[in-house]
Amino acid sequence: MTIAIEKLNAYYGELHAVAGVNMVIPERAVTALIGPSGCGKSTLLRCINRMHEIVPGASVVGSVRLDTADLYAPDADPVAVRARVGMVFQRPNPFPTMSIAENVLAGFRLRGERLSRSEAETKAEQALRSANLWDEVKDRLKSAGTSLSGGQQQRLCIARALASKPDVILMDEPCSALDPASTQAIEELLDTLRIEHTVVIVTHNLSQAARVADRVAFMATIGAGDGGHLIEYGTAQQMFHDPVQPATQDYIAGRFG
Amino acid sequence: MKTSTPLPTKTTATTIRINTRRRVADRGFTLAVIACGVLAVIPLLSVVWTTVSKGLGRIDVAFFTQSMRGITDAGGGALHAIMGTLLITCAATLVAVPIAIGSALWLVEYADNATTPAIKTLARTVRTVIDVMAGIPSIVAGLFVYAVIALTVGPGYRSGLAGAFALVIIMVPVVERSGEEVLARVPAELHEAALALGVPKWRVILKVVLPTALPGLVSTLLLGVSRIVGETAPLLLVAGFTDSMNYDLTSGRMVSLPVYVYSQWQNKGVDAAAYDARAWSAALVLLLGVVLLHTLARLIVRGRKQ
Ligand SMILES: Nc1ncnc2c1ncn2[C@@H]1O[C@H](COP(=O)(O)OP(=O)(O)OP(=O)(O)O)[C@@H](O)[C@H]1O
Ligand SMILES: [Mg+2]
Repeated sequence: MTIAIEKLNAYYGELHAVAGVNMVIPERAVTALIGPSGCGKSTLLRCINRMHEIVPGASVVGSVRLDTADLYAPDADPVAVRARVGMVFQRPNPFPTMSIAENVLAGFRLRGERLSRSEAETKAEQALRSANLWDEVKDRLKSAGTSLSGGQQQRLCIARALASKPDVILMDEPCSALDPASTQAIEELLDTLRIEHTVVIVTHNLSQAARVADRVAFMATIGAGDGGHLIEYGTAQQMFHDPVQPATQDYIAGRFG
Repeated sequence: MKTSTPLPTKTTATTIRINTRRRVADRGFTLAVIACGVLAVIPLLSVVWTTVSKGLGRIDVAFFTQSMRGITDAGGGALHAIMGTLLITCAATLVAVPIAIGSALWLVEYADNATTPAIKTLARTVRTVIDVMAGIPSIVAGLFVYAVIALTVGPGYRSGLAGAFALVIIMVPVVERSGEEVLARVPAELHEAALALGVPKWRVILKVVLPTALPGLVSTLLLGVSRIVGETAPLLLVAGFTDSMNYDLTSGRMVSLPVYVYSQWQNKGVDAAAYDARAWSAALVLLLGVVLLHTLARLIVRGRKQ
């Protein structure tokens, strides 16, 4: 499912956080958003599943389309949009009142969609397998989700997002709270996720972006109070070896940000 | 000699001295804190001890199966007061908790995120009203209900329900404030996680916020019940006093345990010792009831968790 972002501007009250972004994010690929802190990467990401607007006073102007569906059409329901797009956060956030299995199926349960017992078992196993977590937790599905390690919790959150079969998966610095081994586990997972999903990942780790991303978008603020712009967008190969914009060159070379 | 002492040794010596001093200070402070703790517990233990030792005397079958109807000396019981406390407390809790938790939810989950000036003003007003309510002395709450009843139903009307309403006024601010704190402690990340799964906000509140906050909300409930279960003055005013059973909250005088204690103490008959004994036993029953309630609530929360 292709994501087409057009003339997107996002605000927190008066603050302009994302300024005039146009980009097409291809399906079945991993796209990385990189850029200095505060340039609006998370904000842009959260515009793709209409999570931006839950912040009091926040607003969005412009359009985001998933294939042909305009997410910001007047009759589009943000709740329905979010159900179709999976999101993984910086810090693992399993529901503390739920077991591992319940966490995986939390989407269905919280939305009030009933599953038969066999359906639930299959879905939970599938999602946990896709998140490379099944072997580690298959004997303790009933224990609390919060009893897992940080890296396992993050994969549990990925499984929770995958269980609802989203076409798009958004990840906001999913590895920044994790140790190297868990980070590697998630990077390997990204390799399989790209086969069926459109993956957008925000990362501060350029070597991670180089390892996992097919395409890379570099964002930065140009002037003060001007919001984050999309400076350059291309294949990972081109962005890391042959960036065109001086700002991109500086950032990649570690000269700012 | 002094000048020839190697520098490292000197440093070590200094370090050791400082450590010793620090350890002494640490010990001293620890002891002081423990002493404060003990000091705080002594009055409590003394109260419990006095109540238990003096109250055990009338813990017998009659005490739990009889009222005071027609009793003028020894004998009799507190069944009517126990029932009265149960009925009035339950009624007050059933009315107060939904109001209190409802407004806490509204304030924390909706009003605090609102950008509309009207809603912000309303939220500020609600908070002010609750703060004022929290400062109302319980006798004034009783007088308020008394006045309302006198103006509507008539000055002579007494009932358990009227007493319950006075207790609602006392209970709502306690439960609301503590509930607000408990609800605000539910991590924002859990909200986000649920919203991002495509869950409507009201379901997030029902299925994520409330279950996550449940242990805290149970404590809140207990705090509220503990606050009202020992109230005497407002009940004396609007629920009145009686020696007889009354299971009907809506009409007739209804006595509660604290009021029973008070009246036994205040209006002693010829056999004063019998009245004293009943007063202490009623106090003990009240104490045990509160302890039992706390234990039950803890067990329920723990049972749900695993
Ligand atoms: N909840 C919020 N309320 C107000 N302003 C916000 C909020 N979240 C972010 N901002 C502001 O919006 C701008 C963009 O923030 P955003 O979080 O999108 O940056 P980012 O690129 O993700 O940064 P980082 O790499 O540090 O995560 C920043 O100036 C930030 O201060
Ligand atoms: Mg961010």
